[in-house]
Amino acid sequence: MLAGPGSWLALDGVLLVIALWLLVGLVGVAALRRFRFVARVLFPIGGGLGLALAALALAAAFGRPQVAVLAIGLPGLPFHLRLDALSAWFLLVIGVASSGVSVFAAGYFRRGEGTPPGLLCLQYHVFLAAMAGVLIADDAYAFMVVWETMALSSFFLVTANHRIPEIRRAGYLYLLIAHIGAIGILMCFGVLQAGTGDYTFANMRAQHLSTGWASVAFGLAVFGFGAKAGLVPLHVWLPEAHPAAPSPVSALMSGVMLKTAVYGLLRVLFDLLDAPQWWWGALLLALGLASALMGVVYAAVQVEMKRLLAWSSIENIGLIVAGIGLATVFAAFRMQTLAALALTASLFHVATHALFKSLLFLSTGSVLHATSERNLGKLGGLIRSMPWVAWITLIGVLASAGLPPFGGFVSEWLLLQSFLFTTGLPHEVLNMLIPIVAALIALVAALAGYVMVKFFGVIFLGQPREEKLAHARDASRWERAGMLWLAIGSIALGLFPVQVIEVIDPVTRGLIGTGLGEAAARSGWLLAPTSVARASYAPLVFLLGGALGCGLAWVLVRRLYHGRVRRAPPWDCGYPWQTARMQDTAEGLGQPIRQIFEPLFRLERELPSPFDAQPRYRVVVQDPIWHAVYRPIGALVARVASLVGLLQQGRIAVYLMYSFVTLLALLVWVSR
Amino acid sequence: MSAWSVFAQVLEVLVALVLAPLLTGWVNQWRALLRNRRPPSVLQPYRLLHKLFVKDSVIAEHASPLFRMAPYVVFGCVTLACGVIPTLSTDLPMSVAADVIALVGLLALARVFIALAAMDVGTAFGTLGARREMLIGFLAEPALLMVLFSVSLISQTTSLATMVHTVTHRALAVYPGLPFAGVAFVMVSLAENARVPVDNPTTHLELTMIHEALILEYSGRHLALMEWAASLKLFAYSCIGLVLFFPWGVAPGPAPGALALALVALVAKLAVGGVALAVFESLSAKMRIFRVPEFLATAFLLAVIGLLVHTLTAA
Repeated sequence: MLAGPGSWLALDGVLLVIALWLLVGLVGVAALRRFRFVARVLFPIGGGLGLALAALALAAAFGRPQVAVLAIGLPGLPFHLRLDALSAWFLLVIGVASSGVSVFAAGYFRRGEGTPPGLLCLQYHVFLAAMAGVLIADDAYAFMVVWETMALSSFFLVTANHRIPEIRRAGYLYLLIAHIGAIGILMCFGVLQAGTGDYTFANMRAQHLSTGWASVAFGLAVFGFGAKAGLVPLHVWLPEAHPAAPSPVSALMSGVMLKTAVYGLLRVLFDLLDAPQWWWGALLLALGLASALMGVVYAAVQVEMKRLLAWSSIENIGLIVAGIGLATVFAAFRMQTLAALALTASLFHVATHALFKSLLFLSTGSVLHATSERNLGKLGGLIRSMPWVAWITLIGVLASAGLPPFGGFVSEWLLLQSFLFTTGLPHEVLNMLIPIVAALIALVAALAGYVMVKFFGVIFLGQPREEKLAHARDASRWERAGMLWLAIGSIALGLFPVQVIEVIDPVTRGLIGTGLGEAAARSGWLLAPTSVARASYAPLVFLLGGALGCGLAWVLVRRLYHGRVRRAPPWDCGYPWQTARMQDTAEGLGQPIRQIFEPLFRLERELPSPFDAQPRYRVVVQDPIWHAVYRPIGALVARVASLVGLLQQGRIAVYLMYSFVTLLALLVWVSR
Repeated sequence: MSAWSVFAQVLEVLVALVLAPLLTGWVNQWRALLRNRRPPSVLQPYRLLHKLFVKDSVIAEHASPLFRMAPYVVFGCVTLACGVIPTLSTDLPMSVAADVIALVGLLALARVFIALAAMDVGTAFGTLGARREMLIGFLAEPALLMVLFSVSLISQTTSLATMVHTVTHRALAVYPGLPFAGVAFVMVSLAENARVPVDNPTTHLELTMIHEALILEYSGRHLALMEWAASLKLFAYSCIGLVLFFPWGVAPGPAPGALALALVALVAKLAVGGVALAVFESLSAKMRIFRVPEFLATAFLLAVIGLLVHTLTAA
């Protein structure tokens, strides 16, 4: 059913972009070791295709859903494709974020990093194409094929430096959990088709499941997509896999791939299932909040920069899922406007997180290349040797800390607003719990600021903790361009929230039946979800006011008084023997968090006594979930395997006896 | 938006800029009086600012541009915050641009910049101060938000101007949630403004200082801006407390007569509030830094209880 040639173009265009991405990857394989060609030509082309995808998605966002059937795959099982507003929004996010990352990657990959550049190029572009494919798949078969392609290509990307055993181990863990999740998704589709044997999403939409079966499908979807998104307790792969991957890949995985899981959850929850229950929302809220709190608290105690960002991703996904949970609660009680508000907050955060987290991962990549150091304890003072990276990162850091006037603040603002409007729920317990949830969200947001001050302060500020850091080289032009693009995106999201919400409006309209677009259009530059008297926020005026304040101070200083500055050694209360090692460290900045949130950690401490000749201090923070959940499961599997192993004797006589006994048993059974 | 409301806006920011050091001086005078010392003049903070402005600025040799930029950003943020709070009139052009959540975000932005600037020089005290400031910040910020939320639930809005408007014009209804929120707000304000019992604004004892450690490396005009910003922050917090819990006197519109009356009411309320602050500070002892999380967690819990009480009684 095509809605005219004009909108027909968008889905075709998306398919074309996917095909071209695959083509770029294949050309990369053909030019396997021609490093300069792959880096300087193919990756920028991939980035340009990302921009094209973003433009197509923007065009399709306001049109009617478009469908197509692609006769590839098994006979009788063609790929059904569909492009609606929800797909378009996520495609837009992928396009914008991936174009920045691709341009960065053009200057990032170096010779001799395990996988040859051409192969890396193939994996990278297959990964991009698969992510776009997930968003337009419209039947379970096509969805699972592209979903698995996405998981596999990202697995190969994670293990790009496969000569390092830890990286192989991280990749294995990632693959394992990705597949356990995929089983959940597959079973979810199995429930959703309700025994009709027709696995198209159109059929699933038409089915009306009983509450029990719908809840089973919902649970499987949360499990499956939660494993991909990194919801607690299925998050354990995330802090391992993201640091292991090369930085542009971490940026894509964290910024974009996690969002495909959010997309899947939204697709099942609001599109394929028809009647949400309030307790689904409560469950999502609980899971989201647990992830958010655990993510931010663990991020605060990390001493490795990419691991810190990985935990921060868990936090952000938690906030997104909490927003979806709240939207579900509202939708279950038929409070559509509020549901739209909460969902808009989540979708907005999907975009901001994609941009600022990609940016931060890219910046760690630049730091890693310049210093070959990922331990926060050995960095510092890079703002002087790498000013470009530092100042661009500062934008990402402020956006990530949820500070005005950047993008992160808007989604936080919308989320808190949707919590504040909650008092009218026809459910007493929920009404009581919601303020506490809002309090936790506020705590998480404030902690995110702490984490980001630690991240930026330890890497870029202070004095270099190692000699070599003073000579670190700033990022190349390509890297700067990629990061700048993402930084501009973060600022734009913060300054023009109303325009962004107008793009989100068709999405919430399609999923919930109402949106904030009209209110947004009415209020113009002012962000006011319901009415101006109730709540409003105008980032541009805000920025202007702040700039006026700064300008006032500047004029006051410059006009009224002289501008003389003298440079001298730091004062530090008159202590002259100050060294770089006396600065607070990443461990030091994590100390108050370790102390306050001690029950959340599994700590191993080694404290020196005053009598030690060589005092040693060591703290290892471990994830208790790993010990409480995964270790026992692993032990159980090992025990079952060893029981099965008893059958294996390694002697041919024994195996012949097994066959004989089986034959005998079958004979007895048949003759009965 | 009329010309008068713009006038009220400008007037309000100017009043804040001018009165903020006076408030600090007033509190300091009362603190000295209560301790049986000879008090400094109320105008002492102005003299200090003037002195700092005319002096050369001495900057650490490896300080980055961020270090020099931070005082301006912090000053700009706090000035904007003072402009957002409807201290004189509820009809302000800025009040639609930022609600309470944005106000808290603005103060958080200022705090992040102070902390980053303190880490920039890379001295032991600076980084220690930054860590402590952020620790207090992440504990105080949610508590502050909860306080503001419990008031905003009463007035069904997060816009400060509308909140003040409703609280002023309400019939004398009893809101049992408000006292909890009020106590929590006082605790948060003490922590955020580096007052006793969390921090001591006059201390220079290295191991206990927080605010002083943050601005240790600043001198000259940069220090002046930081000190002025600190005064403005105290002023802003006092005003938030006054307009939320004692809103009487705030002009409903930008009529000049009402503005003048509001100004008088504001000065009177601030004078009383300043004395109360000095009395409280003189009566309490500074607590160890490890007790601060408990102190602020109490504030947080009180604020949440205030919210719960409100939802319970409203239901």
